Amino acid sequence: MEGSIALLGFGEGGWGLSIASGILVTVTLALATLPLGLAIGFFVALGKQSEEPSVKLAANMYTTIFRGLPELLTLFLVYYGGQIGVQKIGQLLGYTGAIEINSFIAGMFALGTVFSSYASEVFLSAFRVIPKGQYEGGYAIGLSYGQTMRKIILPQLIRIALPGLGNLWLILLKDTALVSAIGLADILRQTAVAARVTKQAFLFYGTACLIFLILGILSSFVINGIDRWAAKSGAKR
Amino acid sequence: MTDNAIAPSAAAVRRPPSPPKPWTKTRIIGHVLVGLWTALIVGLIYFLFVAWDRELIDKYAPTYLSGLWTTITLVLASVIIGAVLSVPIALGRMSKNRVISSIAYFYVYFFRGTPLIAQVFLIYYGLGSFSKELQAIGLWGFFREAWYCALLSFALNTAAYQAEILRGAVRSVAPGQWEGAASLGISKFVTFRKVILPQALIVALRPYGNELILMIKGSAIVALISVYDLMGYTKLAYSRTFDFQTYLWTAIIYLLLVEALRHLWDWMERRITRHLTR
Repeated sequence: MEGSIALLGFGEGGWGLSIASGILVTVTLALATLPLGLAIGFFVALGKQSEEPSVKLAANMYTTIFRGLPELLTLFLVYYGGQIGVQKIGQLLGYTGAIEINSFIAGMFALGTVFSSYASEVFLSAFRVIPKGQYEGGYAIGLSYGQTMRKIILPQLIRIALPGLGNLWLILLKDTALVSAIGLADILRQTAVAARVTKQAFLFYGTACLIFLILGILSSFVINGIDRWAAKSGAKR
Repeated sequence: MTDNAIAPSAAAVRRPPSPPKPWTKTRIIGHVLVGLWTALIVGLIYFLFVAWDRELIDKYAPTYLSGLWTTITLVLASVIIGAVLSVPIALGRMSKNRVISSIAYFYVYFFRGTPLIAQVFLIYYGLGSFSKELQAIGLWGFFREAWYCALLSFALNTAAYQAEILRGAVRSVAPGQWEGAASLGISKFVTFRKVILPQALIVALRPYGNELILMIKGSAIVALISVYDLMGYTKLAYSRTFDFQTYLWTAIIYLLLVEALRHLWDWMERRITRHLTR
């Protein structure tokens, strides 16, 4: 037991520091993916509820493809495919050296596309809850489409979509563990290295699970806080 | 001419001209986006056509098929085992006994709150480090095999999710249904089987389908613990050939599998809710 504490500690022979850096990578990756995924997801949802069939088709193809592929495969497709693509572009421009894609960026894009395809569904169902009169009211007082969207629809939309988005955030946090497969030094990668060196696999993978649980619990606190804040600024019913 | 107005013949009916479809900004964007998708798909087909390599296909297509078979059997076996395990867990969650319900709650919280990949590593590598103890109780043969470890962790994971689905579905049935059956003198077990379950399953069908699809997608991670499923053989083929089409074929197979399941589920849902359509 004392040996385990020393192994997880920050002192000599302890793996605390490297695991802490892993936590930092995981959290940064998830936080960096979130705005990307939310933005794409919002626009895809806009496309899905558009009256123009071609926009709808394009948006639906996006979600069909990225919800149908395993996350790990999407990650590999983005990582290796991006590598090949960048290499080809480099060759066209006359650069023949090897180009490495940053695995953090690849992870961000892969997780962002997956997140956005799920987020678009959440946004879409939130859009359907908002009555048409809200748009008409906005136009009636002379607001443009963009202004109506920004000042009238979006504040309500976010409040309705929050629980769904909170779930997606927890899923995103868990999905970040996959980036260890393309060599990013996240929680799972760091604990795996420690497990291999010390031969204490159960201890370290158990620690990884615990860290994810704690991150999840902390996130639920934050999400609940945002939820309460959003409910307070909403109309009294 | 006058009676034409009273009884117009079919030819005389003149429909109003369809409203003009101007090239609005949205319409242009939409067509550009669809054009991009089309270009991407045509490019993909062109790439696969150009990169078509008889030798490569002959060599790896059989391994892909056996990988697909591994994926399907692994997912089906773990979902079925998980379904069996989920019943006691769901009952535990609904139990009035504090101890039982909190144990079930923590089980569900743990398996839903940690990444599946970490659970698989914990069971395969983590329990693997207790090889001596496992040998002593004769379970080492089980935990040595990556396939069994994957099956165990998937089953435990999906059991947690399925327990929640089951619990939600049973709760969605109005309590009056229990009372009604009780007033007819039907025992609790029979009530559950004949009255509650058929109604709960309608609610649970869609989440079960989603869970199955999530398991198929999630099963790709067993490639990381050297189980040769579809993803495992893909990784192997890519590491030997460095040919990107190995990944593209896998993507197509997974997409077809998931889409087929999704349509099957839509059809099933339409079929079992026929009596509810008004």
